[in-house]
Amino acid sequence: MTDSLVSRERAHYLPAGLPEPAPYPDGLAREYWDATRRHELVVQRCNACRNWQWGPEFICHSCHSDELSFEQVSGRGRIFSWERSWYPVHRALQSGVPYIVVLVELEDAGRVRMVGNLLGDPRQDVVMDAEVEAVFEDHEEADPPFTLVQWRVV
Amino acid sequence: MTHSTFRGSTAIVGLGETRYYKRGAAPDPEFKMTLDAIRLAADDAGIDVREIDGFASFSNDRNDPAHLAAALGTKHVGFSNMFWGGGGGGGSGAVSNAAAAVAAGFCEIAVAYRGLAQGQFGRFGQGSTARQVAGAAAFTAPYGLMSPAQTFAMRVRRFMHEHRVEQDAMKAIALASYYHAQRNPRAVMYGKPLSAEDYDNSRWIVEPFHLFDCCQENDGAAAVIVTTAERARDLKHAPAYILAAAQGTDYRQAATVHNAPDYATSNFKTLAPRLYAMAGVGPEEVDVLQSYENFTGGVMMSVVENGFCTPEQVNGFFALETFRFDGGKLPLNTSGGNLAECYMHGLELITEAVRQVRGTSPCQLPRDVNISMVTSGPMVQPVSSLILGRESNR
Repeated sequence: MTDSLVSRERAHYLPAGLPEPAPYPDGLAREYWDATRRHELVVQRCNACRNWQWGPEFICHSCHSDELSFEQVSGRGRIFSWERSWYPVHRALQSGVPYIVVLVELEDAGRVRMVGNLLGDPRQDVVMDAEVEAVFEDHEEADPPFTLVQWRVV
Repeated sequence: MTHSTFRGSTAIVGLGETRYYKRGAAPDPEFKMTLDAIRLAADDAGIDVREIDGFASFSNDRNDPAHLAAALGTKHVGFSNMFWGGGGGGGSGAVSNAAAAVAAGFCEIAVAYRGLAQGQFGRFGQGSTARQVAGAAAFTAPYGLMSPAQTFAMRVRRFMHEHRVEQDAMKAIALASYYHAQRNPRAVMYGKPLSAEDYDNSRWIVEPFHLFDCCQENDGAAAVIVTTAERARDLKHAPAYILAAAQGTDYRQAATVHNAPDYATSNFKTLAPRLYAMAGVGPEEVDVLQSYENFTGGVMMSVVENGFCTPEQVNGFFALETFRFDGGKLPLNTSGGNLAECYMHGLELITEAVRQVRGTSPCQLPRDVNISMVTSGPMVQPVSSLILGRESNR
């Protein structure tokens, strides 16, 4: 399994010490981060007009309804854009460059986009519009533990 | 075309700039440099600095008008204003807010200013060192996406993909900036020419940006003084009339986590028509353009969205020959700008636009400059722009 290979060789794509997600101050993203702990990918959706939106917002930007939910999606998407970083913008990245960040468009969620790392060789050729799937990266050592959503070419 | 009462009612009459330094090299604190720039601008205009009764800035400038006015002995303050948004999107916006206040009668002489000491207060090119991040940053920072270069490389990559743009287009912008800086003694990169090979061989910061696609990080301060057209005629220099100003943002450009519906854009698509309509000119009449460079890719999209070429023409149009002050079809960033003169958050682009109207630039066009244009802050929200002109174009 690629999954276990990845986790044996490199438990986390980036070195430890980067900022950790703190989902609770305004509560807006709490359901998303809780879902990632269950290895589920959810996207905010309007109960009234069924509009998808990302990142989480307080009202539906389409119909202005206050009634919003988080709905599970397939975790499949396409690479909408990408970048390979060589300059360490954080001290934790001194030994972590290069690395790839992708912007993934989710076709089954109104084409909203999510950011994550592209797993595998950081020097790989990245193909625009390539199909990718979500991979859940657990950070059990953190306090509190959290899970990031990474991407892997299908 | 709707007639604007704003067009030509105000003018930029004074320019003040401290010496420009590499980040951390300024001998003075930011506040002192800001005072110096404002005093220099008043001297340049030929007014008593105490007469300035309006203050406008942008990008959360730390030097607030009340304290500046106290330090300068300002008689009274009639207007103080901050243009929302980070980055350089508010350079033209601060000038136009100052001008709008003058035109509306809130004040008579307004200064738009920016003080910046990245040595004193920390750098833009570094990510947060906080242990935790909340809000929208929680969806990007843990993945190592933290800096402006990284934020904008993603948009530029998509634009390059959609329009098959090659790296050489961005290189041309960097080469033009350094070409002009070699003639500008104020420029931090004066005496440091850049060749095409230097660009190609420079390290990646974040693909598709090489080192030379990225703005500098600097210390210094700049200020421009705006007053009424009537008052402007009695001052030291030929006025640079503000023929048009536009500011704002397109549909949901600030949607978080890179979710702007129209993604591969510099955010000038709805501004450009408004700007040209107010000025009563089109892009073909612009003699010289100062286009804010956080990164070259943003200039590329700004030039396209402000009508100077189509996306499909980028690969041929973007060449050093196009952008040179001495004979180029579209002289661009003729002081060296953020890349090679100084990153004064684009206020130095506005001083250069005024010099071109006055005829005093070290890279003065070898022909009359009637229309001088500035675009501020590609890819941020909001952005802003200005068209300046001479008495004969007013």
